[in-house]
Amino acid sequence: MAARTHASSLLDLVGQTPLVELPRLSPKESVRLYAKLEGQNPTGSLKDRIAKAMIDAAEASGELEPGRRLLEPTSGNTGIALALVAKLRGYPLTCVMPANVTEERRRLLRLYGAEIVESPASEGSNGAVRLALELAERDPSFFMPFQYGNEANPRAHYEGTGAEIAAALDRVDVLVAGLGTGGTLMGAGERLRETFPDLLVVAAEPLPGDEVMGLRSLEEGYVPPILDVAKLDRKLLVSNAESVAGVRLLLEREGIFGGVSSGAVVHAALRVARELEEGVVVCVLADGGWKYLSAGFWEAPDVEEAMASAVWW
Amino acid sequence: MPAVRIPPTLRAEVGGARELEAQGATVGEVLEDLVRRYPALEPQLLPDGELAPFVNVYLRGEDIRTLDGPDTPVGEDETLILLPAMAGGG
Repeated sequence: MAARTHASSLLDLVGQTPLVELPRLSPKESVRLYAKLEGQNPTGSLKDRIAKAMIDAAEASGELEPGRRLLEPTSGNTGIALALVAKLRGYPLTCVMPANVTEERRRLLRLYGAEIVESPASEGSNGAVRLALELAERDPSFFMPFQYGNEANPRAHYEGTGAEIAAALDRVDVLVAGLGTGGTLMGAGERLRETFPDLLVVAAEPLPGDEVMGLRSLEEGYVPPILDVAKLDRKLLVSNAESVAGVRLLLEREGIFGGVSSGAVVHAALRVARELEEGVVVCVLADGGWKYLSAGFWEAPDVEEAMASAVWW
Repeated sequence: MPAVRIPPTLRAEVGGARELEAQGATVGEVLEDLVRRYPALEPQLLPDGELAPFVNVYLRGEDIRTLDGPDTPVGEDETLILLPAMAGGG
């Protein structure tokens, strides 16, 4: 009989996500594929881990006190995760988001009571980072966790995601995760490498459409301070069409409805799995597909074209 | 000759082209030849002769920084993709 139990706060339910084998997706019997289902976190993405960790760290250090407002650049998931933590801890939240994210994210954030400031669609996430840094500079009442530069981000994946996978499996040869801030790859990669020294850390990164690369010059490019590319063993570019094909395959074969970046991770994992003779590949699936349902690409004849003008992850 | 895909950010420097050809047997050689043909690219792409930190170069869909860097061999019919380093989602 299952133990009778309950949590005293939703925040106590962050992490300890399920790990499930994907036998129908593996290209060969000698390669075992697993997925860490981060969409099972309270707000539906792995960002719950870092939102809680960043706020805990800032409160513990005394940097974040009652009366301050939170500000964060986000493409959606971190904002939604922070909205939960902010609500339960009593801080107002402002999110800076590119204007071209899916409608579900904007709607969810508003329902949580967060304020949204839009950054130019053509600048992608770089534009959100730039604008948030400007706003924080101008108004000292803002506290910005800043996931791109906050060590609590990779630490949450070291202590959580990575440790949970290490405890669940006797062998891991490859870790595949999406590259956004770099937090998952750095933190979970470092923790897993301690237990499995020959681990390969593989990043799946999006090939953005032309319309979201509207930087004026390459000097406006951005590498998150917490990301050290030298710690990645592979960095694989995945197109939007390949990502959506991955989403469909994951659903068709294993019944898992993942988000766009999960599709990209599956695509990259299958590429690596085909090159292996044998081994264990773990995919971190950042969120479910629910927040992407309103997007026009599902039935589009040309998926790539339908996705070219928006930020997906 | 290998091809190089040019991101929107750099197209003004090459007369609007989306893709160009350049000669070389390694990634480094191809990029040096590209800069010789289009000197306006040099300050953004290869300042001080080194690949700029905010530029990513991909061969067969893989970042050359996790391959052999500029020494990565390039086949005659292969295409390099240049992209600006972008903040990822989150």
